[in-house]
Amino acid sequence: MAEFWNGYLLPGILILAQILVLVVPLLLAVAYLTLMERKVLAAMQLRMGPNVVGPFGLFQPWADAVKLMFKEPILPTGANKVVFVIAPMITFILALIAWAVIPLGTGLVIANINVGILYLFAISSLGVYGIIMAGWASNSRYAFLGALRSSAQMVSYEVSMGFVIITVLLLVGSLNLGHIVEAQHGGFWKWHWVPLFPMFIVFFISALAETNRHPFDLPEAEAELVAGYQVEYSSMSFALFFLGEYANMILMSAMTAILFMGGWLPPFEFGPTAGVLGALWGFFWFFLKIFVLLFVFIWIRATLPRYRYDQLMRIGWKVFLPLSLIYLVIVAGFVTYWPR
Amino acid sequence: MDALLREYLPILIFLGLAIGLAAVMGLVPFITARQKPDPEKLSTYECGFEPFSDSRKQFDVRFYLVAILFIIFDLEVAFLFPWAISLGEIGPFGFWSMMVFLGVLTVGFVYEWKKGALEWE
Repeated sequence: MAEFWNGYLLPGILILAQILVLVVPLLLAVAYLTLMERKVLAAMQLRMGPNVVGPFGLFQPWADAVKLMFKEPILPTGANKVVFVIAPMITFILALIAWAVIPLGTGLVIANINVGILYLFAISSLGVYGIIMAGWASNSRYAFLGALRSSAQMVSYEVSMGFVIITVLLLVGSLNLGHIVEAQHGGFWKWHWVPLFPMFIVFFISALAETNRHPFDLPEAEAELVAGYQVEYSSMSFALFFLGEYANMILMSAMTAILFMGGWLPPFEFGPTAGVLGALWGFFWFFLKIFVLLFVFIWIRATLPRYRYDQLMRIGWKVFLPLSLIYLVIVAGFVTYWPR
Repeated sequence: MDALLREYLPILIFLGLAIGLAAVMGLVPFITARQKPDPEKLSTYECGFEPFSDSRKQFDVRFYLVAILFIIFDLEVAFLFPWAISLGEIGPFGFWSMMVFLGVLTVGFVYEWKKGALEWE
């Protein structure tokens, strides 16, 4: 009994506690990201944004959650019921479990696996399934078209994203996300965005396309596809898609921060590095970088008009793919003949 | 448990928790919300029309083409992962071997570009 307790149960409970410490703030962050988006968009259009529920509208996400929970879940007659219900869950689950390998500080990670970046790549590839299942199961034209567009867009940009990740790996020589951050030690000008600047831009734009954000939000284009694959969803099923999408936005920002902007490393060599203070200091910088990137996501939404579908595919296949391929060869050449 | 499995155990627990959370959130409104189905509400959304036929009809073949191209290039990326990690050790020989492979793929890429497989107009 004691052996079972010490060998299995206790570590299990510890891991569960760690996961909860990550997941609960993450879900809160997702809820408040929706509020932040509405507030920032409103400010950019000289409006007030939500300001009725609570001070500055701070309780708006809770009101939305409660409202959605008491809405009637609709199962359309033509739909494949089981797939229809499961699809948003898959999107949400995948958006959550990717966070298992994201390091928040030196050693502050739930699963410190050696193939962290490969795991992230695999999970984000699976994201297409939730969308295509939703589009197919809804048995609606808008949903079907939206799902097709969305999956074609996601797989197109995933290819260039893969090449960009490879260029980072060439500089680091490890798939572990912690090692990738530590390889950028030494302040602002040692971060990977300096030697890989074009790839940094390509990665960020691909992240916009991967998360179906503006200006690449064709799958959900309100004016033509009435929210695409989500059109038949209501109630919490819709909320799961929404939460999954916003969690993915935070995840993509975190990945950009880790790969190109030094993760939890401060831009200059100062502040505590060890102990609890060091961890908090590192987390502060990581949080700040994610926050800035998310602000840029919203800023872009407020600024840019939507792309046409042929323009979108052209950028993905004819610009980003050759560009990242050429840059990959250049970086590989440097690593081979002029190692650091 | 051996060390490798122990590394992946948190991911398994995380997956379990995420599945539980998603299931609870997805199924709660079936209990809490009032259910009043009627045939019009449950019909497929089509801007007020009755849907003429099943929506699962043929679609543009270019989506299929994109999927095929994706498989080719994603496999290529999968090949590049181990190569990128060990490039420091395998040196110029490893570099040039991969360049031959990439060269062959580039020929294919140029061919499909010239054939118009990437055109959407």
